[in-house]
Amino acid sequence: MNRKRVAVTADDIAPEVTQLHRRGFLKRILSLGSLTLLTGCDLSTHSGVDAGLWAMLRFNDRVQAALFSPSRLAETYPASAITRPFRFNAYYPEWQVRSVPAHWCLDVSGSVSDKTSWTLEQLLALPQESQITRHICIEGWSQIGQWSGVPLHVFLRRIGADLRARYVAFKCFDSYSTSIDMASALHPQTILAVDFERAPLTPEWGAPLRLRIPTKLGFKSAKNLQAIEVTNTYPGGYWEDKGYDWFSGS
Amino acid sequence: MHWIGATAVICMILSGWTIYDASPSLPFTFPPWMTLGSWLAAGIAWHLSAMWVLFADGVAYLSYGVLFGHFRRDIRPVGPKAVLRNLGEAVRLRLDHRLGHYNAVQRLLYTGVIVVICLSVVTGFAIWKPVQLGWLTALFGGYPMARHIHLAMMALIVGFLVIHLVLVALYPRTLISMLVPLQAEPDRHGEEGAR
Repeated sequence: MNRKRVAVTADDIAPEVTQLHRRGFLKRILSLGSLTLLTGCDLSTHSGVDAGLWAMLRFNDRVQAALFSPSRLAETYPASAITRPFRFNAYYPEWQVRSVPAHWCLDVSGSVSDKTSWTLEQLLALPQESQITRHICIEGWSQIGQWSGVPLHVFLRRIGADLRARYVAFKCFDSYSTSIDMASALHPQTILAVDFERAPLTPEWGAPLRLRIPTKLGFKSAKNLQAIEVTNTYPGGYWEDKGYDWFSGS
Repeated sequence: MHWIGATAVICMILSGWTIYDASPSLPFTFPPWMTLGSWLAAGIAWHLSAMWVLFADGVAYLSYGVLFGHFRRDIRPVGPKAVLRNLGEAVRLRLDHRLGHYNAVQRLLYTGVIVVICLSVVTGFAIWKPVQLGWLTALFGGYPMARHIHLAMMALIVGFLVIHLVLVALYPRTLISMLVPLQAEPDRHGEEGAR
């Protein structure tokens, strides 16, 4: 059989390929540059002021950690105080709410002895807690809601988490993420919620599993959970990386 | 102490407007050019930074005022009669203003603004830490009410600043006396041609 002659050989286009590589490389450098510009100027266009404000945020985080009491409870309310209609909030509008992926399960990683994933049924079999607490948004508005689910401290002990680790990080299937300090994670009112107002969570309220932490501002109560990691490396988060103060305790 | 505190208060007000704009509780917002911080996170970062400056300056000033008798001697409001008399004189632009001495209207205004700034700091802590300082938040009627009071205190401080700046503009000598030491003027009350 005759070998068909290839219309264009690799040698023919070599100069163009090199040029493309160079162009791609240049592009990457440029986008990397603009990325650092963006991340460097979230709080002020003046880099010195920006650095100063970030330093003050870190200082405030330390003050807030010192003020935090592991046993002081957030105020709870009667069912009559529940806010209706409850306000939807996410980093995207309500029509972009993600539905639960098929075969969803909660992944566990980091400093834990048992890294097996959890199905919703397995989570429902754990002890459940219910709370009616005030959700306070960093924007200033607030509303009272009812959530129930597994206390996070129960779950962390069940998976054999290193409770001396510094952070618990949460990743969500809507590309959101957040992280909290271990002391707040072990607070009795910090729960992995499966119910909202006595009914299973629907997608807009964070189905099938969300964090509910009344000792922190609203954006820390991540919805649509996908994975939990126990770590000593600062994990940051969606809003935290943009400039909301990381601790954001109430 | 006055200038550090004044700078901190201005920063608190302007960054507070950025935070207010994120979720206005009244039917208006502050135009962005009037505010400090390009968006909510920046406004909060400014607010929680200037907060420590104001807090430290306030603690220093209150200690000084109490320990060195500044409040008792110079600031403590005098009777309502003196206030009315001074107000009447002020309206007729005949109020005596001596350096190193506060008249009854000034005493009332300064006492008022010190109390209001203290309240704005305390309500600020109440809405910053509604769980850890839950008793304080409860004292102000819960989180939403504490937030409204915090906003009202801001409005009162702005009101004070307007009056304060108008009076300084009318008596520029007082501003100069704060920048270069001038001797306190003797009491000229009752003198012919007193202002």
